[in-house]
Amino acid sequence: MVSSIGGANLRMEVKNLNFYYGRSLALKNINMGIENNKVTAVIGPSGCGKSTFIRILNRMNDIIIGTRVEGEILLDEQNIYDPRVDVVEIRRKIGMVFQKSNPFPKSIFDNIAYGLRINGISNKTEIIDRVEMSLKNSALWDEVKDRLDDNAFELSGGQQQRLCIARALAIEPEVILFDEPCSALDPISTAKIEELINQLKEKYTIAIVTHNMQQAARISDYTGFFLLGELIEFDKTEKIFTNPSQKQTEDYITGRFG
Amino acid sequence: MLNISNRKWRELKQQIGFMTVRLAALIIFIILGILLYFIFSRGIKVISWDFLTKMPEKGMTAGGIFPAILGSFYLTMGAILFALPLGILAAIYMTEYATQGKIIRIIRIGISNLASVPSIVFGLFGLALFVNYLKFGVSILSGSLTLGIMILPVIIRASEEALLLVPHGFREASLALGATKWQTIYKIVLPNAIGGIITGAILGVGRVAGETAPILFTAATFYIRKLPDSVFSEVMALPYHIYALMTEGSHPKEQKAIAYGASLVLIIMVLGINLLAILIRNYYRRKKKW
Repeated sequence: MVSSIGGANLRMEVKNLNFYYGRSLALKNINMGIENNKVTAVIGPSGCGKSTFIRILNRMNDIIIGTRVEGEILLDEQNIYDPRVDVVEIRRKIGMVFQKSNPFPKSIFDNIAYGLRINGISNKTEIIDRVEMSLKNSALWDEVKDRLDDNAFELSGGQQQRLCIARALAIEPEVILFDEPCSALDPISTAKIEELINQLKEKYTIAIVTHNMQQAARISDYTGFFLLGELIEFDKTEKIFTNPSQKQTEDYITGRFG
Repeated sequence: MLNISNRKWRELKQQIGFMTVRLAALIIFIILGILLYFIFSRGIKVISWDFLTKMPEKGMTAGGIFPAILGSFYLTMGAILFALPLGILAAIYMTEYATQGKIIRIIRIGISNLASVPSIVFGLFGLALFVNYLKFGVSILSGSLTLGIMILPVIIRASEEALLLVPHGFREASLALGATKWQTIYKIVLPNAIGGIITGAILGVGRVAGETAPILFTAATFYIRKLPDSVFSEVMALPYHIYALMTEGSHPKEQKAIAYGASLVLIIMVLGINLLAILIRNYYRRKKKW
């Protein structure tokens, strides 16, 4: 089994993960590490389980009825599926940006303030400061600073997605998961988000699912290739794209299937 | 090979089809028009300011219908105060909390069946439970609760539909920010569903405002000398008043005129309630961005 990279500074670790939808096994024996302050990409053809996988990392799949997880997912050495662990706290520490941008039907300001308020921050100045900071960190501030009270739905698709990133940043997670964040965006918006992810890894640990291999090659440090619910190969991105050790990986990245 | 006569035949069939559906719509419109004209032309004669604001006089053969208007208003308000919160909470439980399985399916079937129980049965039930067993007597309280139970299925159904219309992405986004399920429901899901819930609830209220059978044994009385002063008072109510005017008393001619006047008032009240529902729905639709 090709698994984690030896001796790395791991933030999260996936150990012997099996995942079931009802009785069907969707992910088989996944072992993988997610290194601190790096971008880890997950690639693979549609239906290979990559989105399912990333949603396991912050327990988003808990809300789907009939799913079951076996194995361990460690965040800083603690198993996030331990029954004693508070799932709400896990999701605060591990933020997520979804495939389809999903701002709330609220003002730009309130979209970001929401996460702060529900996590118990009520000081107005602190909220204002943090909203501004998150918008700056998501490279959206200059575009929206004069219209913070506008409804978030008035933003363009790319801006909405960056707003969702700002919203995730505001509550200061440790890890940010991106589930195909650019799949609905034009090339310019995509480039902006990629640039942003590149900056964010200085402060955060990032895992990203993408169906776009060039994107994985451009922004990630490590890449895992999934096929039919299995992690076929996991290695440095450079290695995966120049000299993969598995035949299936090579077939996929050279476009022979998928 | 296509031939022209076949094409013409298809064209004709289409014309016949369109004509039929058009006719059906027209017939419904005409029925409604005749009904309104009928009630309006007969009822308008007795309508006056005094008719709307005065007590009945001379054994129901003269005077106004104010206590009946007020009574219907109290009963309807009482029903909504009771049924709206209960219905919304039940709908939240069923769509957001409960594990979708056998039990929820049974509850859903139960609610659907509740909706098809005949209204007179609700009346008897209200008499047994609220009037007699709980000793609320024939009163606004008993009548409101009975009407409330009757509109519960409508409110629950409307609320469930409105809740399910809120995009799943909103819930996921909220949970992913470390919100609890409850925070997600009352800060994200409910505010976005409230327009649909209120619209559905008001349409349900419009329906029960005109019901006679449920209040027959639980709240309504033929005549009161003074206006109700507590929730335990008996009331007059428009539908029952109309019924009583047409079936009892010794001056059928005068009573009939008043009955038509009362019918007109009732119909305007119900249409007014529906109009309010439409206005509220439009308001929320304009606000809605998704």
